[in-house]
Amino acid sequence: MDYILAALVGVFVALGVYLLLSRAVIRMLIGMVVLGNGVNLLIFTAGRVTREVAPIVPEGLETPAGAFANPLPQALILTAIVIGFSMFAFLLVLAYRAYQSLDADDTDTMRLAEPENAPQPPLSY
Amino acid sequence: MNETATLVADWLIVLPVVLALVGAAALLMVRRANRVPVIGALLFLLGIIACEIGLLIRVVEEGPLSMTMGKWLPPFGISFTVDLFSAAFALAASVVTLVVVVCAEAGRDADDGRDAFHAMVLLLLAGVTGAFLTGDLFNLYVWFEVMLIASFGLIVLGGNPLQIDGALKYGFLNFLATTLFLLALGLLYGLLGTLNMADIMRVAPGANPAALTGIAALLLLAFGMKAAAFPVNAWLPAAYHTPAPAVSALFAGLLTKVGAYALLRSLVMLLPASRDLLEPVLALLAVATLVVAPLGAIAETNLRRAVGFVVIGGIGAILSGLSLASATGIAGAGIYIFQAILSMTALYLTVGLIEARTGAMDTRQMGGLYEASAPLSILFFVLVLAAAGVPPFLGFWPKLLLLQAGVAGSAEGWVGGVLVVALIVNAILTLIAGTRLWSHIFWRNASDALPLARSGRRLRLATSAVGVLVLAIVALGLWPNPLIEGGQRAAADLLAPSRYLEAVGLAEVEQ
Repeated sequence: MDYILAALVGVFVALGVYLLLSRAVIRMLIGMVVLGNGVNLLIFTAGRVTREVAPIVPEGLETPAGAFANPLPQALILTAIVIGFSMFAFLLVLAYRAYQSLDADDTDTMRLAEPENAPQPPLSY
Repeated sequence: MNETATLVADWLIVLPVVLALVGAAALLMVRRANRVPVIGALLFLLGIIACEIGLLIRVVEEGPLSMTMGKWLPPFGISFTVDLFSAAFALAASVVTLVVVVCAEAGRDADDGRDAFHAMVLLLLAGVTGAFLTGDLFNLYVWFEVMLIASFGLIVLGGNPLQIDGALKYGFLNFLATTLFLLALGLLYGLLGTLNMADIMRVAPGANPAALTGIAALLLLAFGMKAAAFPVNAWLPAAYHTPAPAVSALFAGLLTKVGAYALLRSLVMLLPASRDLLEPVLALLAVATLVVAPLGAIAETNLRRAVGFVVIGGIGAILSGLSLASATGIAGAGIYIFQAILSMTALYLTVGLIEARTGAMDTRQMGGLYEASAPLSILFFVLVLAAAGVPPFLGFWPKLLLLQAGVAGSAEGWVGGVLVVALIVNAILTLIAGTRLWSHIFWRNASDALPLARSGRRLRLATSAVGVLVLAIVALGLWPNPLIEGGQRAAADLLAPSRYLEAVGLAEVEQ
C-alpha cells in the first residue's frame, strides 16, 4: 500500500510541477492545488499506513493498549489542507482581478511591475 | 506525567504572539472607528515590545527558555523555545513595526481608515514573531502561512493594477516556497518521526545521511525562495515596489529575514552534518547573491526596485555566514539579520519619504532634493553607508565578523577566501549603487525633475520617526560591544545546543 501511495505522490508532484511551468495563470493555480494535494498525501504516507485501531486511551490506562494508528499525520494534513485551501482561494480571486484589470491570463503579457523595455540606467554619476 | 502547571513567568514566551493575534482581531472589529485602529495598534505594539524586552533580559540572564502548551510534553506537544537570536530578532521586528505604523500615517487619508491596514500589520507581526519564537518545525510552517496571508492582504491594499501584477508573482512564488517547505517537512517526519526541533537534533545523527541531506537541500530551496537568495530572487524586485511605501518597508525588514533565520535554524542547528555536505553549494549561492544583487541595483532606475536589490545583497552576506559555520561566521550572520531588520526597513521608509516629496518613482525624474530637505539626504546617506558596511555604522560590524571568519576559514579550503573577496566586492558595488542613487536624487541639478511637493506636518512626523530609527542604528554602530558579545554567545548556543536541549527538557533522555 505504501508503495502505491508513494508512486501516487510522485505522479501528483510531477503533474503539479508540469502545470506550474505553464504561462497561463489558471493552469498554474490548478498546478498549485495538485502539488499541494501531493504533499498532503506524502505526509499521510510518511506517517506509515497501518490497519490498526484508533488511538484512544482505554479507561484506567495511561497509554493505548497494543498497536494503534498514528494520529499525528492526520492533524498535520488537516492543518495543511485548511491553509492550502485559503491560500488557493486568495490566489483564485487575485487571478480573477488580474484578468479584469490587466486583461491578461498569460504571465508573459503581465509587464506592468516590470516594464519590458526598461530604461537605460542614467550614465552620469 | 508532569503534573505541574506552566509557570506564569513562562507565559512571557508566548505573550508577544498572543498580544499580536488578539490585537489583530480587536482592530479588525473596530476598523470603522476613526482614529481607534492607529492608537490601538500603537498600544498593542508597545505592549509587545515591553514583553519582548522582558523576554530578552530573561534569555540573557538564564539562557534559552522553553514552554509547552497543553501539557503535551516534548517531543509530542508544540513547544515555544527562545534563544538569544530569536529574542533579539523578535524585538527588532516589533520595534520596526512600531516605526512603520507611525510612518504609514503620512501616506494615509481619512478614507483609507477602513481597510484594516493595522489589523493586517499586527497579524503579519504575529506570524513573524511566532516564526522566531517557535521550537517546532510544523509550527514554523503555520507561522510562515500566517505571515504570508497577512502579507497578501497588505500587498493588494489599494488594488491598483500595478499592485495586482506584483501581488500575483509574489503570491505564487511564496506559496510555492511554503509548499516545498511542507514537502520537506513530510519527508523529515517520515524519516525521523518527529518535528520538534530539539528532538530532531537528538535523532538526526542516527538517520540516513544521504536522505537527510536531500531534505536539507529541499529546505535550502524553500527558505532560499523566502529569503530571495540569488537564483530564486526574481519575485522580490518584481513585487516590493508595488504596494504603499510603508508596506514595502515592513516586507523588506521582516519577510526575507524570517527566511534567512529559518535557514540559520534548520541548517546550522538542526542538520549540521548536511550543512557540511552542502557547504560548497551555500558558498556559491552566497557569492552569486553578493555579486549579482548590487549590479542589479546599479542598473535600475526605479528607486524602490534598486533598493530591493540592496536588500537581496544583504541576504548574500547572511548566506556567506551560513557557509562559514564557525562561531564567528554564525555570529556575523545573526548580527547581520538583526541589523538588516532595522536598516532595510529604515531605507525603504526613507525611500517612501523621498517618493512623497518628489512625486516620482523613477530616479531620472528626481533631482535637487538636497536643497529642499537636507535631513532626508542625511538619512538616506547614512542608510546607504550602513547597508554597504562602512564603519562606524551598524552594518560594518557583522561584515567584519564575516570577513574574520572567512580569513580564518581560508586555511581549510577555497570557501573562505572566495567569500572574503565576494564580501568586499559586494561592499564596493553597494557603495557605488547607493552613492549614485544619492547623487541623482539629492545632488543633481535636474531641469527635467518633477516639482517638489510641500512638506506637511505628517511628513515631518514620519521623517522624525525614521530619524529615531536611524539614530538607533548609528548608536548601535558606535557601541557594538553588547551586540557582538550577544551574537557570539548565541552562535555558540546554536553550534553546541546543549543549553537549548536542556531548556526543552530533552537533555537527560540521551540515547
